[in-house]
Amino acid sequence: MHGLINRAIERFIRDTYGREVWGLVVAKAGLPVSAFEVMLSYETRLTVDLLDGAEQVLDRARETILEDIGTYLVSHSKLDPLRRLLRFGGVDFVEFLHSLDELPGRARLAVPDLEIPNLELSEHGGNIYRLRCDVPTAAGPGFGHVLVGVLRAMADDYGALVLLDHMGGGPDVEILQIQLLNEAHSAGKMFDLAAGHGAETAEGRPE
Amino acid sequence: MTRGATPLAGLFDALCPMHALLDGTGHVVHVGPTLARLCPQREMKGARFLELFELRRPTRGATMHDLRQMQGRGLHFVTRDAPRLSLKAVLTGLPDDAALGLPGGALVNMSFGIAVTEAIRRLDLTARDFAATDLTVEMLYLIEAKTAAMEASRLLNLRLQGAKAAAEEQAYTDTLTGLRNRRALDPVLMQLMTSETDFALIQLDLDYFKEVNDQLGHAAGDHVFQAAARAMQAETRKEDVLLRVGGDEFVLILTRVTDAARVRDIAERVIARLEKPVEYDGQPCHISASAGGALSCRYRDPKTVEARIMEDADIALYEAKSAGRGCYRSFEPGMRLDRDRRSRA
Repeated sequence: MHGLINRAIERFIRDTYGREVWGLVVAKAGLPVSAFEVMLSYETRLTVDLLDGAEQVLDRARETILEDIGTYLVSHSKLDPLRRLLRFGGVDFVEFLHSLDELPGRARLAVPDLEIPNLELSEHGGNIYRLRCDVPTAAGPGFGHVLVGVLRAMADDYGALVLLDHMGGGPDVEILQIQLLNEAHSAGKMFDLAAGHGAETAEGRPE
Repeated sequence: MTRGATPLAGLFDALCPMHALLDGTGHVVHVGPTLARLCPQREMKGARFLELFELRRPTRGATMHDLRQMQGRGLHFVTRDAPRLSLKAVLTGLPDDAALGLPGGALVNMSFGIAVTEAIRRLDLTARDFAATDLTVEMLYLIEAKTAAMEASRLLNLRLQGAKAAAEEQAYTDTLTGLRNRRALDPVLMQLMTSETDFALIQLDLDYFKEVNDQLGHAAGDHVFQAAARAMQAETRKEDVLLRVGGDEFVLILTRVTDAARVRDIAERVIARLEKPVEYDGQPCHISASAGGALSCRYRDPKTVEARIMEDADIALYEAKSAGRGCYRSFEPGMRLDRDRRSRA
């Protein structure tokens, strides 16, 4: 698994629950490292162990943890560069939804060896959209829950009001449903096309 | 507005929002919505195009006729108003017969080129200011994505560099000779004490090394160090520990040795081997060595060994140097008294 993914889980736990809890998770998961490097690759098993450890230490369901990680990735100030990169996907939330198909390609443009599962958006009328998300064979399902968190935070960012559901899926696909209630519910967050120079990186500041 | 310009203008506003339509005399008839934002303080319509934009490249051409001659070529303009924004452009002449309106006029399409980030910040543009097919927004995405990735790489490199420096700092090996270094001395002594192993410790200084270094250079000096290390290795056993503790200062720790005569024998063989000239670049390098040694078994209280044996070997080394170099002296308690007497004198 790409170090960015492990580092994202690490930063989520550190920034949300603190350094001590992260230490407990590392011990529980039996990790060989106490911090992940964003630009290195790790065995997929480590990511699975890491999430198992987080589930036990935080005493929360894995789906909830994954969804919170998704929200954290977009809404935490340390990760503003990532929010900005996602905002380049579209000028409004609907355009952003349609840009999700090209998210794996966009991710590869930024970090060539970062694998994001294939995504496919379909429209179902009545402002209902469905997002199919391929399940990577090595890591198993779960990315769909991260996406729910990401989409929830991005809707906020654009100022859109949405209902999000993880509809389950099969061994090789997860399905998300997005119901757009009001595209211009609030003002949303500012987005200047050419801002953010010299800002923090996607991995955040060192502690 | 000249009749006939309107239908073209409507089409181009959507397809290329940074275009301008010029009439046959080079005056602006219409500008696209994004281009209009370049000079907000001035009405562009009706102004002479070349009074709004200064042609930088090609360097010739100041009339509408000149401009039309440059049809299809890459042009480079700068806005005459502040901020002096740099623009790329391409121009195409409109037919003289008024089939498209504006007979003898021209259509100019512009873009920001490489200075796009600066221009967007200055003009406060959004994605909607660019045509849907324009790759500017993707380019901005790439710039930011790569900046973030580069920064992450830079931080990783910094951390790795720090880790490497720390590892080197903690390393116990002298990189030039492959022997242990000074940092290894205390752990080695401590390990010998905790395992209650007797040993002999020889301090050895290379003599005349400075002359070799001065006459033949540092590379020759390094060569001599490596040869000296090999000489010491050849005359000692695998379980002995050899350390380079300073520039030309070495320590030999002979484990499980309690016989002073044997220590002398080893030390003298090492010295004899070091005195054989080493060839460097066809030149013989002559050095020698002085050595002083002490034995751990001579200390009545083992706890004092760690603290004193280095110093005692050093005192013996001093005696060896005083005796004319190239020899070995074994520590005797009397030497300490002599030294103390000397330092009081």
